[in-house]
Amino acid sequence: MLAVGLERSLPLGALKSGVTFAGADVREMQADDLSNPGFLWVESGEKLWNTPTGAANKSCASCHGDARASMRGVAAQYPKHDATANAVQDLDARINACRVRKQEATPLARESDDLLSLAAWVAFQSRGLPLRVAIEGPARAAFDRGEAFYKARHGQMNLACAQCHDQNWGKRLLSEGLSQGHGNAFPAYRLEWQKLGSLQRRIRACLFGIRAEMPPPGAPELTDVELYLAWRAQGLPLEAPGVRR
Amino acid sequence: MPDARITVPPSVPRGKPFEVRIIVRHPMETGYRTDESGKSIPRNVIRSLSCRYNGEVVISAKLSSGIAANPYLRFFVTAKESGPLAFEWVDDSGLRGSDTASVTVA
Amino acid sequence: MTRRDIRPSSPRRRLLQSGVALALVPWVPARAAADDLPEIPALTAFLAGRKPRLARVRLTLPQLADNGQTVPMKVVVDGPFTPAARVTAINLFSESNPVPEMAAFEFPAFVERIEVESRVRLAASQRIVAVASLADGTVLASAAEVIVTIAGCMDGT
Repeated sequence: MLAVGLERSLPLGALKSGVTFAGADVREMQADDLSNPGFLWVESGEKLWNTPTGAANKSCASCHGDARASMRGVAAQYPKHDATANAVQDLDARINACRVRKQEATPLARESDDLLSLAAWVAFQSRGLPLRVAIEGPARAAFDRGEAFYKARHGQMNLACAQCHDQNWGKRLLSEGLSQGHGNAFPAYRLEWQKLGSLQRRIRACLFGIRAEMPPPGAPELTDVELYLAWRAQGLPLEAPGVRR
Repeated sequence: MPDARITVPPSVPRGKPFEVRIIVRHPMETGYRTDESGKSIPRNVIRSLSCRYNGEVVISAKLSSGIAANPYLRFFVTAKESGPLAFEWVDDSGLRGSDTASVTVA
Repeated sequence: MTRRDIRPSSPRRRLLQSGVALALVPWVPARAAADDLPEIPALTAFLAGRKPRLARVRLTLPQLADNGQTVPMKVVVDGPFTPAARVTAINLFSESNPVPEMAAFEFPAFVERIEVESRVRLAASQRIVAVASLADGTVLASAAEVIVTIAGCMDGT
């Protein structure tokens, strides 16, 4: 559903996933499931999905059954507005909401291996499916904030995301190629992190790079930006578990 | 939480070499990094990793901080009899890990 | 912006950098010239006077690494092998890492296909050496050169 009146700085037909800007090693690592390190988390996630936890002693499977069926297409719709929480949530927040409300367990820390594993397992069920988020209605305010953040200048370097990723993608920053800044491969195994990490972590890393203050993990501003990015990347296939440098 | 991911072909022809892959979840901490307070993070790498096929050692690897985190190894083994392919490893902290896959020889 | 060249200097590289030699010196990607193993004290100690033949070992790493933390490495030793002349070990050495002995792979059992892949960490642009030892005392080796650059943006997360 097209949002009326919204201009895309990158037309849908011109979208390129980050994998097209990556070097051969990174592309090969992502393409080969047998050697993609992200699968360590996908496999953990499958085990956690089936492990009862919390005071309710339920596993994700207790309600959702086989993730291969129930979670197909889900991650491609995130971030998403949740009526109960009355907020836009990314996948990590939604998983934690389920843990607290349904499993009666404590929320998992952002960037913890368990949360990354569950997110990786859920996201994996949408691999290859096109990103499509809803930005109208209750999600619109978050979307507008995310767009404003993306276009505003930040940090000591006084740079906006748009300046690198809308206006200068394809050019080089030192020896690296600038991508269009999509998040369709997350959670991703980033070589720099030597582990799997979330899109929020990647956004924070960019902010660090331009010497801006990083909102803490889980901050609503980060979810706002994730929503904007997902809209901006509409139609790109989810590549989780991705591999990036 | 699985520590490793082992891949072998579903069935291997007798007498021929077959491909084995393993990725082990491990930070392979180099010992050269410092934490936020400036304190040095001690080295902790998987020092040795070995694989036994039907009890016979087919590869024995000595690793260092020069091997990347979540160490990946791909190598070949000659197919003899069906049976277990058992990996064992130990890191600097003394923590031992293991994982096993089954080989089916046609 | 000044370009920092962190590769160790050598006559061949200085010649290339001067631009003069580009027409004269053929660029040999990812393999050393015939008698050009880098001087690594740990390698010298390991060889203990043995002179390796620069043949049959194919060491492959990318010419330009995406990230020095994780660089794919493949070493293949060409056969044919017999039990008496089989590969018993492959040792990997680094020219510039703080720990020069990167890894050692031992093969107690005979296998006709010697091919090992892993992922290495490289502290800087450098050459890597793979040495294959055979049961009959033969020693084979190969070197490969990798350029490692720093990230465009620092990541402090």
